[in-house]
Amino acid sequence: MSLPILIFTLAKIVVILLVLLTVVAYAVWFERKLVARIQSRWGPTRVGPHGLLQPLADAIKLLTKEDITPSGVFGLVYLLAPALSLITALLAFSVIPFGPVTEVGGVDLFQIADLDIGLLFILSISSMGVYGIVLAGWSSNSKYSLLGGLRSSAQMISYELAAGLSLVGVLLLSGSLNLREIVNAQTGVWGIIPRWNVFPQFIGFFCFLTAAIAETNRLPFDLPEAETELVAGYHTEYSSMKFAMFFMAEYTNMLTVSCLATLLFFGGWHGPTFGPAVLQAILPLFWFSLKVLCFLFLYVWIRGTLPRFRYDQLMAFGWKVLVPVALGNLVLTSFIVALWSA
Amino acid sequence: MYPLFFFVFATAAVGFAINLLVQRHPIHSALSLIGVMASLASLYLMLGAEFIAAVQVIVYAGAIMVLFVFVIMLLNAGEEERTDRSRLAKYLGMPLFLVFLVTLATILSRQFSPNSMVQFGDFPGHTADIGRRLFQNFLLPFEVVSILILIAIVGAVVLARKETY
Amino acid sequence: MPNSYFQNYIPVLVMLGVVAFLAGAMLVLSYLLGQRRPSREKLAPYECGITPTGDARQRFSVKFYLVAMVFILFDVEVIFLYPWAVIFRELKLFGFVEMLLFILLVAAGFAYLWKKGILDWTKSDSGEFG
Repeated sequence: MSLPILIFTLAKIVVILLVLLTVVAYAVWFERKLVARIQSRWGPTRVGPHGLLQPLADAIKLLTKEDITPSGVFGLVYLLAPALSLITALLAFSVIPFGPVTEVGGVDLFQIADLDIGLLFILSISSMGVYGIVLAGWSSNSKYSLLGGLRSSAQMISYELAAGLSLVGVLLLSGSLNLREIVNAQTGVWGIIPRWNVFPQFIGFFCFLTAAIAETNRLPFDLPEAETELVAGYHTEYSSMKFAMFFMAEYTNMLTVSCLATLLFFGGWHGPTFGPAVLQAILPLFWFSLKVLCFLFLYVWIRGTLPRFRYDQLMAFGWKVLVPVALGNLVLTSFIVALWSA
Repeated sequence: MYPLFFFVFATAAVGFAINLLVQRHPIHSALSLIGVMASLASLYLMLGAEFIAAVQVIVYAGAIMVLFVFVIMLLNAGEEERTDRSRLAKYLGMPLFLVFLVTLATILSRQFSPNSMVQFGDFPGHTADIGRRLFQNFLLPFEVVSILILIAIVGAVVLARKETY
Repeated sequence: MPNSYFQNYIPVLVMLGVVAFLAGAMLVLSYLLGQRRPSREKLAPYECGITPTGDARQRFSVKFYLVAMVFILFDVEVIFLYPWAVIFRELKLFGFVEMLLFILLVAAGFAYLWKKGILDWTKSDSGEFG
């Protein structure tokens, strides 16, 4: 790889990361605003119009807060945990394509790395994300943290399984692990409905979405940080920017899951394109963002609507409902695909 | 550039492995082992075996090491207490290790000329290739794996339950 | 071919570097920017305002350990499904039958776990932490 291309790649990565972190910051604003409206409140209004500068104010506040390291923590591991959470969350984003291949100077603008094993890459990176949480809980020397970290990691690995199983149906239909190829397999229409995987794979989609919400530790599966019983779960003892890093990791994971759901089940950036060339180039990005935004809305909507599970219900649901259903879906799909191609 | 990457990841793997032995607290050792797994995955990746690299991370670094960390937490294992190492190991260990290393290096350098070194991307292990091998050529071993998993499930239950059940 | 294959991964490596730098910078910045006035009470682990009792790292339920162990086994199963799904169109009905055999055997293990109550969280076998 030549030096100019390397520099261009670096610049692209920095720009994408900046956009990503801005989106993450505004996802928090979006959530606060939306949950407030669901609960007949106003949400943030003071900082800027409609509280739009709130994320900025939060960032400055968190950065200048006192950086407390409680006594009795396990030094290095305590510091490593938030970094590990954030790094894995952001790294998983590097294989997500946001639009069709648009090469400028030999570099694809809308994706950092187009890997043949894109989907497996995301799964492997997210399987490393467990450590951030389990180590945070363990190293903090607090009972709440330990319980939160333990619960969270057991929950995450259980639902990782269900998520992994539910994705096999998509692979059967598209025959590739490359995210771009999976999206391209969803081009075109059946009559009037688009060829999105969600229609033949609606059971798989349901399993994936549920498992993904649980894996990102969001309501109604946010047992690890159930504030009424565990204070704040694994990040009870974290303050200042270290707390913010866990927070950012959680929202980045939400965003990754939304992107993944869009790519795998909702045709990615495919949508009607029309008009002049400029519009044609921008519209796929618009469709992609719109679909991702719908998923973020769904996340918040679920949070605003459903009560929290009990821990034993949560584990039972994962193992006794999602895993068998995903397995059944997989057998059924493969049977139909086999008959179809025979 | 490829040899450079190879040496970076190989050194990382060996470094983490040594750190694993030297560290006194089990959690640090476990973290080093995760580092070893990740470095090995990078080496597989460099050879061209993408799928194997991903599996290495998912199964070894992601699943098996979680179990290790759980066990360390479960037992609340503290720092290891150093025993006065046996005198035999103390005086003979290092020299024997060096002899072993030299022997290994000699054999390897005689067996393989420098030109026959594994090149980057020599083993294109695309997922589809592995699938074809696994589900057409090595069907029986694959089916036997399911029996192995079954036995392991039963074993896990037997190990973890109390006698009264 | 190997060349372009490797080029795909260079951006990932660059990304890893940038992200690691970002995480490190955040840790250092918050260390430098925040004021620090530690006191014994402030540094104590949070326990609803009262003095912490005992060691936080207690023994906890063996359930967590079991979940991790079962997870490994099923994770291995799922890993086998991925290459199979990718080439399923070549294998056709034959592929379906061979995977059905595999899944049935593993499902038998799953049923065993279910029957033994490993998947029930409430069937607690002791009053341990967790």
